[in-house]
Amino acid sequence: MPVDRSIIGSRTPAFSTVAERGRLRFFAQATGQTDPVYTDVAAAAEAGHPDLPVPPTFLFCLEMDNPARGSFLSDLGIDVRTILHGGQSFRYHAPAYAGETLTFWTEVADVQSKKGGALELIVRDTHVERDGAEIATLTGTIVVRDPRAGR
Amino acid sequence: MIAADLAPGAVLSLECPTITRTALALYAGASGDHNPVHIDIDACRAVGIDDVFAHGMLSMAYLGRLLTDSFPQQSVRSFEVRFTAITPVNASPTCHATVTDVEDGHAHLDLSVQLPDGTETLRGRAVVSLP
Repeated sequence: MPVDRSIIGSRTPAFSTVAERGRLRFFAQATGQTDPVYTDVAAAAEAGHPDLPVPPTFLFCLEMDNPARGSFLSDLGIDVRTILHGGQSFRYHAPAYAGETLTFWTEVADVQSKKGGALELIVRDTHVERDGAEIATLTGTIVVRDPRAGR
Repeated sequence: MIAADLAPGAVLSLECPTITRTALALYAGASGDHNPVHIDIDACRAVGIDDVFAHGMLSMAYLGRLLTDSFPQQSVRSFEVRFTAITPVNASPTCHATVTDVEDGHAHLDLSVQLPDGTETLRGRAVVSLP
């Protein structure tokens, strides 16, 4: 199930969203985060933050809200049950906070075959911008596999 | 942790809770990752997967907690992992960060998440700027 190499260099349209306080509190609950800086605006202010900080991996979650994300895989004929997340990196340039409008766009950086084509790797870079300045860069690797093959 | 405690070889650890099906459902909702392989055993079996397994990003979020428990978040410059094994449902992982180098105002850490049987599920690195 080779992945079309012509997608290398393709970009999603820019997508903007806001990290809402309620969603950040839900994320804190779901990840066992008990530091009140991540749930209580007063505690965040006391620690010098203008609002609840967006935790280190949450930019990935905001990017998942991109309506173009699901269609990226389905347009390639890939069933989400056949993918694994191979790796993820974050480079942070400035902190992000609840209430800010963040803009995401994603570019396919590379497509590789592994294990004689049994696995296809899709590497994508996501750029996160606020007021036109890049605040973080994410790189994610998706592994497309045959779920019936040996695991 | 304060910078004076940071020396190569220092290890920070975080015991994660057991990743129950409820934990996966909550993380799916909070993260927006609704891939059925994490929450729907019927959808898994339909493609030959025996049971749901944890989102790799949930373990990475636990590693993120280890970092922000130890350092101001804004000092974390980079954070990267490879997902080296699937985390089965009901696993109880442990996160570790080992200081490998302190130089030029930055601490370099090797990151690892392991299951009780020794399986390493995530391996990575982080760079943190020091005051």
